[in-house]
Amino acid sequence: MRLSNTYIIVFTAIMTIIIGGALSLANQLLKPAQTRAIKLDTRTQILNAVMDLQEGDDILAIYDDRIDGFVVNISGDEITADSKGNPIQADKVNIIRNFKKKPEEREYPVFKFTSKDDPLKIEAYIFPVYGNGLWNNIFGFVALESDLNTIKGVSFGHVGETPGLGARITESEIEDRYIGKKIFDNQGKFMSVTMLKGEKKDPSMFGPHEVDGMSGATITARGLNAMLKEYLHDYEAFIKKIQRQEAI
Amino acid sequence: MSTETLEKTPVVKVKEPLLSKRRKRIFSDPLNDDNPITIQVLGICSALAITVQMRPTAIMAVSVVFVIVFSNLITSMMRNLIPNRVRIIVQLSIIATLVTLVSEVLKAYNYPMFKILGAFVGLIITNCIVMGRLEAYAMGNKPTDSIIDGLGSGFGYAWIILTVAFFRELLGSGSIFNFPVFESIGWAGFPNNGLMVDSIGAFMVLGILIWIQRTKTGFVES
Repeated sequence: MRLSNTYIIVFTAIMTIIIGGALSLANQLLKPAQTRAIKLDTRTQILNAVMDLQEGDDILAIYDDRIDGFVVNISGDEITADSKGNPIQADKVNIIRNFKKKPEEREYPVFKFTSKDDPLKIEAYIFPVYGNGLWNNIFGFVALESDLNTIKGVSFGHVGETPGLGARITESEIEDRYIGKKIFDNQGKFMSVTMLKGEKKDPSMFGPHEVDGMSGATITARGLNAMLKEYLHDYEAFIKKIQRQEAI
Repeated sequence: MSTETLEKTPVVKVKEPLLSKRRKRIFSDPLNDDNPITIQVLGICSALAITVQMRPTAIMAVSVVFVIVFSNLITSMMRNLIPNRVRIIVQLSIIATLVTLVSEVLKAYNYPMFKILGAFVGLIITNCIVMGRLEAYAMGNKPTDSIIDGLGSGFGYAWIILTVAFFRELLGSGSIFNFPVFESIGWAGFPNNGLMVDSIGAFMVLGILIWIQRTKTGFVES
Protein backbone atom coordinates (compact mmCIF):
# COMPACT_ATOMS: atom_id res chain seq x y z
CA MET A 1 0.00 0.00 0.00
CA ARG A 2 2.83 2.37 0.85
CA LEU A 3 4.21 1.96 -2.65
CA SER A 4 1.10 2.98 -4.52
CA ASN A 5 1.08 6.30 -6.29
CA THR A 6 -2.25 7.24 -4.72
CA TYR A 7 -0.81 6.80 -1.23
CA ILE A 8 2.22 8.94 -2.07
CA ILE A 9 0.12 11.72 -3.58
CA VAL A 10 -2.32 11.78 -0.66
CA PHE A 11 0.54 11.64 1.85
CA THR A 12 2.46 14.54 0.30
CA ALA A 13 -0.71 16.58 -0.14
CA ILE A 14 -1.66 16.24 3.53
CA MET A 15 1.90 16.96 4.64
CA THR A 16 2.06 20.08 2.49
CA ILE A 17 -1.18 21.38 3.97
CA ILE A 18 -0.05 20.74 7.56
CA ILE A 19 3.38 22.29 7.04
CA GLY A 20 1.99 25.24 5.10
CA GLY A 21 -0.61 25.86 7.78
CA ALA A 22 1.92 25.67 10.60
CA LEU A 23 4.29 28.07 8.89
CA SER A 24 1.65 30.64 8.00
CA LEU A 25 0.34 30.50 11.55
CA ALA A 26 3.82 31.07 12.94
CA ASN A 27 4.36 33.92 10.51
CA GLN A 28 1.11 35.62 11.51
CA LEU A 29 1.78 35.21 15.23
CA LEU A 30 5.33 36.52 15.01
CA LYS A 31 4.67 39.37 12.61
CA PRO A 32 3.97 42.10 15.23
CA ALA A 33 7.18 41.26 17.11
CA GLN A 34 9.17 41.20 13.86
CA THR A 35 7.83 44.56 12.71
CA ARG A 36 8.75 46.01 16.10
CA ALA A 37 12.25 44.53 15.91
CA ILE A 38 12.86 45.94 12.42
CA LYS A 39 11.56 49.38 13.44
CA LEU A 40 13.82 49.40 16.47
CA ASP A 41 16.75 48.35 14.32
CA THR A 42 16.21 51.12 11.74
CA ARG A 43 15.83 53.75 14.44
CA THR A 44 18.95 52.51 16.21
CA GLN A 45 20.90 52.89 12.98
CA ILE A 46 19.56 56.40 12.35
CA LEU A 47 20.41 57.53 15.89
CA ASN A 48 23.80 55.83 15.76
CA ALA A 49 24.83 58.26 13.03
CA VAL A 50 24.47 61.23 15.38
CA MET A 51 25.01 59.98 18.91
CA ASP A 52 26.65 57.23 20.93
CA LEU A 53 23.83 55.08 22.19
CA GLN A 54 24.30 53.31 25.49
CA GLU A 55 22.84 49.93 26.26
CA GLY A 56 19.48 50.42 27.93
CA ASP A 57 18.66 53.68 26.19
CA ASP A 58 15.02 53.97 25.23
CA ILE A 59 15.67 54.24 21.51
CA LEU A 60 12.04 54.60 20.46
CA ALA A 61 11.51 57.46 22.91
CA ILE A 62 14.67 59.31 21.93
CA TYR A 63 13.71 58.88 18.28
CA ASP A 64 10.20 60.23 18.79
CA ASP A 65 11.57 63.11 20.80
CA ARG A 66 14.40 64.28 18.61
CA ILE A 67 14.01 62.96 15.06
CA ASP A 68 11.69 64.60 12.59
CA GLY A 69 11.56 62.96 9.19
CA PHE A 70 10.24 64.08 5.80
CA VAL A 71 10.76 63.06 2.18
CA VAL A 72 12.20 65.06 -0.71
CA ASN A 73 12.63 64.40 -4.44
CA ILE A 74 15.77 64.83 -6.52
CA SER A 75 15.12 68.58 -6.99
CA GLY A 76 15.06 69.03 -3.24
CA ASP A 77 11.32 69.72 -2.93
CA GLU A 78 9.38 68.11 -0.15
CA ILE A 79 6.91 65.48 -1.30
CA THR A 80 4.06 64.17 0.82
CA ALA A 81 2.54 61.58 -1.50
CA ASP A 82 4.01 58.88 -3.74
CA SER A 83 3.30 58.46 -7.46
CA LYS A 84 0.02 56.71 -6.68
CA GLY A 85 -1.11 59.45 -4.32
CA ASN A 86 -0.61 57.53 -1.08
CA PRO A 87 0.86 59.57 1.79
CA ILE A 88 4.50 58.73 2.52
CA GLN A 89 6.38 58.75 5.79
CA ALA A 90 10.13 59.17 5.99
CA ASP A 91 10.81 56.12 8.17
CA LYS A 92 8.55 53.91 6.06
CA VAL A 93 10.33 54.63 2.78
CA ASN A 94 11.86 51.41 1.47
CA ILE A 95 15.44 52.38 0.60
CA ILE A 96 16.16 49.11 -1.22
CA ARG A 97 13.16 49.44 -3.51
CA ASN A 98 14.06 53.06 -4.23
CA PHE A 99 17.67 52.11 -4.94
CA LYS A 100 16.45 50.04 -7.88
CA LYS A 101 14.61 53.00 -9.42
CA LYS A 102 16.22 55.76 -11.48
CA PRO A 103 17.61 58.54 -9.27
CA GLU A 104 15.00 61.04 -10.62
CA GLU A 105 12.17 58.77 -9.49
CA ARG A 106 13.43 57.90 -6.04
CA GLU A 107 11.97 59.13 -2.77
CA TYR A 108 14.67 60.57 -0.55
CA PRO A 109 14.00 60.58 3.20
CA VAL A 110 15.62 63.26 5.36
CA PHE A 111 15.75 63.02 9.15
CA LYS A 112 16.21 66.19 11.17
CA PHE A 113 17.94 65.70 14.49
CA THR A 114 16.77 68.45 16.83
CA SER A 115 18.38 69.79 19.97
CA LYS A 116 17.37 68.28 23.27
CA ASP A 117 16.41 71.61 24.80
CA ASP A 118 15.06 73.46 21.80
CA PRO A 119 12.95 71.36 19.44
CA LEU A 120 13.22 74.02 16.73
CA LYS A 121 17.01 74.06 16.67
CA ILE A 122 18.37 71.54 14.18
CA GLU A 123 21.60 69.86 15.21
CA ALA A 124 22.00 67.56 12.24
CA TYR A 125 20.47 66.27 9.05
CA ILE A 126 20.59 62.51 8.53
CA PHE A 127 20.47 60.95 5.06
CA PRO A 128 20.13 57.25 4.26
CA VAL A 129 22.58 55.86 1.70
CA TYR A 130 22.59 52.53 -0.14
CA GLY A 131 24.96 50.81 -2.53
CA ASN A 132 26.97 47.74 -3.50
CA GLY A 133 29.89 46.33 -1.55
CA LEU A 134 32.09 43.46 -2.64
CA TRP A 135 29.74 40.51 -2.03
CA ASN A 136 26.40 42.11 -1.40
CA ASN A 137 24.71 45.40 -0.55
CA ILE A 138 26.01 47.97 1.88
CA PHE A 139 23.96 50.73 3.44
CA GLY A 140 24.04 53.35 6.11
CA PHE A 141 23.11 56.76 7.40
CA VAL A 142 25.20 59.91 7.04
CA ALA A 143 24.64 62.79 9.45
CA LEU A 144 25.68 66.31 8.45
CA GLU A 145 26.07 69.20 10.89
CA SER A 146 23.59 72.06 10.55
CA ASP A 147 25.96 73.71 8.00
CA LEU A 148 25.11 70.73 5.73
CA ASN A 149 28.75 70.36 4.84
CA THR A 150 30.61 68.84 7.79
CA ILE A 151 29.99 65.18 8.59
CA LYS A 152 28.77 64.76 12.15
CA GLY A 153 28.82 61.01 12.02
CA VAL A 154 28.04 57.96 9.95
CA SER A 155 26.67 54.52 10.65
CA PHE A 156 27.22 51.80 8.09
CA GLY A 157 25.85 48.30 7.72
CA HIS A 158 26.36 45.47 5.29
CA VAL A 159 24.78 42.23 4.22
CA GLY A 160 27.72 40.00 3.45
CA GLU A 161 31.11 41.71 3.47
CA THR A 162 34.11 39.66 4.56
CA PRO A 163 34.43 39.52 8.37
CA GLY A 164 37.56 41.29 9.54
CA LEU A 165 38.04 43.02 6.18
CA GLY A 166 35.10 44.75 4.48
CA ALA A 167 32.81 44.06 7.41
CA ARG A 168 34.90 46.53 9.41
CA ILE A 169 32.79 49.36 7.96
CA THR A 170 30.37 48.76 10.84
CA GLU A 171 33.08 49.29 13.48
CA SER A 172 33.19 52.65 15.19
CA GLU A 173 36.92 52.89 14.53
CA ILE A 174 36.19 53.13 10.79
CA GLU A 175 33.01 55.19 11.14
CA ASP A 176 34.78 57.77 13.33
CA ARG A 177 37.26 58.46 10.49
CA TYR A 178 34.46 60.29 8.69
CA ILE A 179 33.70 62.74 11.50
CA GLY A 180 34.60 66.32 10.64
CA LYS A 181 35.16 65.63 6.93
CA LYS A 182 33.54 68.02 4.44
CA ILE A 183 31.49 67.13 1.40
CA PHE A 184 31.86 70.55 -0.35
CA ASP A 185 35.05 72.48 -1.09
CA ASN A 186 35.50 76.17 -0.24
CA GLN A 187 33.80 77.23 -3.48
CA GLY A 188 30.78 75.12 -2.61
CA LYS A 189 31.56 72.49 -5.25
CA PHE A 190 30.44 68.95 -4.38
CA MET A 191 33.46 66.77 -3.59
CA SER A 192 32.01 63.88 -1.56
CA VAL A 193 34.33 62.04 0.83
CA THR A 194 36.61 59.36 -0.54
CA MET A 195 38.20 56.49 1.29
CA LEU A 196 41.71 55.92 -0.06
CA LYS A 197 43.47 52.66 -0.78
CA GLY A 198 45.81 51.36 1.90
CA GLU A 199 45.75 51.92 5.64
CA LYS A 200 48.02 54.57 7.19
CA LYS A 201 46.37 54.90 10.63
CA ASP A 202 47.52 58.52 10.78
CA PRO A 203 44.59 60.96 10.61
CA SER A 204 46.86 63.96 9.94
CA MET A 205 47.76 62.62 6.49
CA PHE A 206 44.31 63.12 5.04
CA GLY A 207 42.60 66.17 3.56
CA PRO A 208 39.06 67.33 4.33
CA HIS A 209 37.58 65.10 1.61
CA GLU A 210 39.63 61.96 2.25
CA VAL A 211 39.62 59.23 4.86
CA ASP A 212 42.07 56.47 5.68
CA GLY A 213 41.42 53.19 3.86
CA MET A 214 40.88 49.66 5.10
CA SER A 215 43.71 47.26 4.44
CA GLY A 216 42.47 44.28 2.43
CA ALA A 217 39.08 45.79 1.69
CA THR A 218 39.71 48.04 -1.30
CA ILE A 219 36.62 46.91 -3.21
CA THR A 220 34.32 47.45 -0.23
CA ALA A 221 35.86 50.91 0.15
CA ARG A 222 35.26 51.59 -3.54
CA GLY A 223 31.60 50.63 -3.04
CA LEU A 224 31.44 52.87 0.00
CA ASN A 225 32.83 55.80 -1.98
CA ALA A 226 30.42 55.24 -4.87
CA MET A 227 27.50 54.99 -2.44
CA LEU A 228 28.35 58.24 -0.64
CA LYS A 229 29.04 60.07 -3.88
CA GLU A 230 25.81 58.96 -5.55
CA TYR A 231 23.49 59.60 -2.64
CA LEU A 232 25.01 62.84 -1.36
CA HIS A 233 24.95 64.08 -4.95
CA ASP A 234 21.26 63.17 -5.18
CA TYR A 235 20.62 65.20 -2.03
CA GLU A 236 22.68 68.12 -3.32
CA ALA A 237 19.66 70.10 -4.57
CA PHE A 238 18.00 69.80 -1.17
CA ILE A 239 21.22 70.66 0.67
CA LYS A 240 21.85 73.76 -1.47
CA LYS A 241 18.29 74.89 -0.94
CA ILE A 242 18.58 74.74 2.83
CA GLN A 243 22.00 76.38 2.74
CA ARG A 244 20.52 79.30 0.74
CA GLN A 245 17.67 79.65 3.24
CA GLU A 246 20.14 79.68 6.11
CA ALA A 247 22.22 82.36 4.37
CA ILE A 248 19.23 84.70 4.17
CA MET B 1 -3.42 -10.44 43.27
CA SER B 2 -1.42 -13.13 41.63
CA THR B 3 -2.78 -12.28 38.19
CA GLU B 4 -1.79 -8.67 38.64
CA THR B 5 1.85 -9.48 39.36
CA LEU B 6 1.90 -11.85 36.45
CA GLU B 7 0.71 -9.11 34.14
CA LYS B 8 3.20 -6.61 35.44
CA THR B 9 6.35 -8.68 35.18
CA PRO B 10 6.59 -8.92 31.38
CA VAL B 11 5.92 -5.16 31.07
CA VAL B 12 8.83 -4.38 33.40
CA LYS B 13 11.03 -6.72 31.41
CA VAL B 14 10.59 -5.01 28.03
CA LYS B 15 10.60 -1.51 29.51
CA GLU B 16 14.11 -0.20 29.23
CA PRO B 17 15.36 2.34 31.78
CA LEU B 18 15.59 5.81 30.23
CA LEU B 19 19.32 5.97 30.76
CA SER B 20 20.33 2.44 29.93
CA LYS B 21 23.88 1.66 28.87
CA ARG B 22 22.79 1.35 25.24
CA ARG B 23 21.14 4.76 25.28
CA LYS B 24 24.11 6.37 26.96
CA ARG B 25 26.21 5.11 24.07
CA ILE B 26 23.76 6.54 21.54
CA PHE B 27 24.27 9.88 23.26
CA SER B 28 27.99 9.77 23.91
CA ASP B 29 29.24 8.25 20.64
CA PRO B 30 28.69 11.37 18.53
CA LEU B 31 30.31 13.52 21.21
CA ASN B 32 33.67 11.89 20.69
CA ASP B 33 34.22 8.56 18.90
CA ASP B 34 31.76 9.28 16.13
CA ASN B 35 31.72 13.07 16.15
CA PRO B 36 29.86 14.49 13.16
CA ILE B 37 32.45 17.20 12.51
CA THR B 38 35.81 15.76 13.47
CA ILE B 39 35.23 12.10 12.51
CA GLN B 40 32.50 12.17 9.90
CA VAL B 41 33.62 15.62 8.66
CA LEU B 42 30.05 16.82 8.07
CA GLY B 43 28.68 20.32 8.56
CA ILE B 44 32.05 21.94 7.96
CA CYS B 45 30.65 24.87 5.97
CA SER B 46 28.71 26.34 8.87
CA ALA B 47 31.46 25.44 11.32
CA LEU B 48 33.74 27.73 9.35
CA ALA B 49 31.28 30.52 8.65
CA ILE B 50 29.74 31.32 12.02
CA THR B 51 32.57 30.73 14.46
CA VAL B 52 34.14 34.20 14.41
CA GLN B 53 32.55 35.06 17.75
CA MET B 54 31.10 33.05 20.61
CA ARG B 55 27.65 34.66 20.75
CA PRO B 56 26.40 33.90 17.24
CA THR B 57 28.02 30.47 17.53
CA ALA B 58 26.09 29.71 20.71
CA ILE B 59 22.82 30.73 19.08
CA MET B 60 23.67 28.62 16.04
CA ALA B 61 24.49 25.64 18.27
CA VAL B 62 21.16 25.92 20.08
CA SER B 63 19.32 26.19 16.74
CA VAL B 64 21.04 23.12 15.31
CA VAL B 65 20.35 21.04 18.45
CA PHE B 66 16.69 22.11 18.32
CA VAL B 67 16.36 21.24 14.63
CA ILE B 68 18.15 17.89 14.91
CA VAL B 69 16.20 16.74 17.98
CA PHE B 70 12.78 17.69 16.70
CA SER B 71 13.29 16.54 13.12
CA ASN B 72 14.59 13.22 14.48
CA LEU B 73 11.52 12.96 16.73
CA ILE B 74 9.01 13.85 14.03
CA THR B 75 10.61 11.61 11.41
CA SER B 76 10.80 8.73 13.85
CA MET B 77 7.13 9.08 14.77
CA MET B 78 6.18 9.12 11.10
CA ARG B 79 8.68 6.49 9.98
CA ASN B 80 6.05 3.83 9.32
CA LEU B 81 3.90 6.23 7.32
CA ILE B 82 6.53 7.79 5.09
CA PRO B 83 6.46 6.32 1.57
CA ASN B 84 9.92 5.03 0.81
CA ARG B 85 10.15 6.57 -2.64
CA VAL B 86 9.70 10.16 -1.41
CA ARG B 87 11.37 9.82 1.98
CA ILE B 88 14.22 12.24 1.25
CA ILE B 89 11.89 15.04 0.23
CA VAL B 90 9.71 14.35 3.29
CA GLN B 91 12.74 14.59 5.56
CA LEU B 92 13.78 17.76 3.80
CA SER B 93 10.37 19.37 4.33
CA ILE B 94 10.44 18.52 8.04
CA ILE B 95 13.89 20.06 8.43
CA ALA B 96 13.00 23.10 6.33
CA THR B 97 9.87 23.75 8.38
CA LEU B 98 11.77 23.64 11.68
CA VAL B 99 14.57 25.81 10.31
CA THR B 100 12.09 28.39 9.04
CA LEU B 101 10.47 28.45 12.49
CA VAL B 102 13.84 29.06 14.17
CA SER B 103 14.66 31.80 11.71
CA GLU B 104 11.28 33.53 12.19
CA VAL B 105 11.55 33.40 15.99
CA LEU B 106 15.06 34.80 15.82
CA LYS B 107 13.87 37.60 13.56
CA ALA B 108 11.14 38.51 16.03
CA TYR B 109 13.01 38.29 19.32
CA ASN B 110 16.70 38.71 18.53
CA TYR B 111 16.94 40.85 15.43
CA PRO B 112 20.65 41.78 15.80
CA MET B 113 21.54 38.07 15.85
CA PHE B 114 19.21 37.44 12.93
CA LYS B 115 21.17 39.98 10.93
CA ILE B 116 24.46 38.21 11.69
CA LEU B 117 23.23 34.64 11.31
CA GLY B 118 20.39 35.19 8.83
CA ALA B 119 21.64 33.20 5.88
CA PHE B 120 23.38 30.57 7.98
CA VAL B 121 20.32 29.63 9.99
CA GLY B 122 18.58 28.98 6.68
CA LEU B 123 21.54 26.87 5.65
CA ILE B 124 20.94 24.45 8.54
CA ILE B 125 18.61 22.82 5.99
CA THR B 126 21.61 21.80 3.95
CA ASN B 127 23.64 20.83 7.02
CA CYS B 128 24.52 17.26 6.20
CA ILE B 129 24.48 16.27 9.88
CA VAL B 130 20.72 16.78 10.25
CA MET B 131 19.69 14.92 7.13
CA GLY B 132 22.30 12.25 7.81
CA ARG B 133 20.74 11.50 11.21
CA LEU B 134 17.22 11.29 9.78
CA GLU B 135 18.23 8.93 7.00
CA ALA B 136 20.62 6.82 9.05
CA TYR B 137 18.84 6.72 12.40
CA ALA B 138 15.37 8.18 12.80
CA MET B 139 13.92 6.29 9.81
CA GLY B 140 14.59 2.99 11.58
CA ASN B 141 14.39 3.65 15.32
CA LYS B 142 11.89 4.50 18.03
CA PRO B 143 11.14 8.13 18.98
CA THR B 144 12.88 8.06 22.40
CA ASP B 145 16.09 6.67 20.96
CA SER B 146 15.88 9.13 18.11
CA ILE B 147 15.65 12.07 20.52
CA ILE B 148 18.74 10.81 22.36
CA ASP B 149 20.54 10.32 19.07
CA GLY B 150 19.58 13.85 18.03
CA LEU B 151 20.83 15.29 21.32
CA GLY B 152 24.11 13.42 20.94
CA SER B 153 24.74 14.58 17.39
CA GLY B 154 23.57 18.10 18.17
CA PHE B 155 25.88 18.47 21.16
CA GLY B 156 28.68 16.77 19.22
CA TYR B 157 28.34 19.56 16.66
CA ALA B 158 27.84 22.23 19.31
CA TRP B 159 30.92 21.59 21.41
CA ILE B 160 33.19 21.54 18.38
CA ILE B 161 31.94 24.83 16.93
CA LEU B 162 31.99 26.45 20.37
CA THR B 163 35.60 25.35 20.86
CA VAL B 164 36.57 26.69 17.45
CA ALA B 165 34.75 29.96 18.20
CA PHE B 166 36.46 30.23 21.58
CA PHE B 167 39.92 30.26 20.04
CA ARG B 168 38.90 32.40 17.08
CA GLU B 169 37.29 35.11 19.21
CA LEU B 170 40.03 35.01 21.84
CA LEU B 171 42.91 35.29 19.37
CA GLY B 172 41.13 37.25 16.66
CA SER B 173 39.25 39.85 18.70
CA GLY B 174 40.83 39.42 22.14
CA SER B 175 37.48 38.75 23.77
CA ILE B 176 35.09 36.00 24.88
CA PHE B 177 31.36 36.65 24.46
CA ASN B 178 32.35 40.26 23.66
CA PHE B 179 34.04 40.53 27.06
CA PRO B 180 37.55 41.96 26.52
CA VAL B 181 39.70 39.32 28.17
CA PHE B 182 43.15 40.72 27.56
CA GLU B 183 42.17 44.29 28.51
CA SER B 184 40.77 43.12 31.82
CA ILE B 185 43.98 41.31 32.77
CA GLY B 186 45.90 44.49 32.00
CA TRP B 187 47.30 43.52 28.60
CA ALA B 188 45.68 46.31 26.60
CA GLY B 189 48.07 46.13 23.65
CA PHE B 190 47.26 42.52 22.75
CA PRO B 191 47.72 42.26 18.98
CA ASN B 192 44.63 40.74 17.38
CA ASN B 193 45.37 37.99 14.92
CA GLY B 194 43.63 38.94 11.69
CA LEU B 195 43.97 35.42 10.36
CA MET B 196 41.61 34.15 13.04
CA VAL B 197 38.65 36.28 11.93
CA ASP B 198 39.07 34.96 8.41
CA SER B 199 37.79 31.49 7.45
CA ILE B 200 41.40 30.34 7.14
CA GLY B 201 41.67 30.66 10.91
CA ALA B 202 38.72 28.33 11.31
CA PHE B 203 40.35 25.75 9.05
CA MET B 204 43.49 25.87 11.17
CA VAL B 205 41.73 25.58 14.54
CA LEU B 206 39.47 22.84 13.23
CA GLY B 207 42.41 20.99 11.69
CA ILE B 208 44.29 21.06 14.99
CA LEU B 209 41.17 19.87 16.84
CA ILE B 210 40.72 16.95 14.44
CA TRP B 211 44.39 16.09 14.79
CA ILE B 212 44.28 16.06 18.60
CA GLN B 213 41.04 14.12 18.68
CA ARG B 214 42.08 11.48 16.19
CA THR B 215 45.38 11.00 17.97
CA LYS B 216 43.45 10.31 21.18
CA THR B 217 40.78 8.04 19.70
CA GLY B 218 43.16 6.38 17.25
CA PHE B 219 40.67 6.85 14.41
CA VAL B 220 42.07 6.24 10.95
CA GLU B 221 40.07 6.80 7.78
CA SER B 222 39.83 3.55 5.88
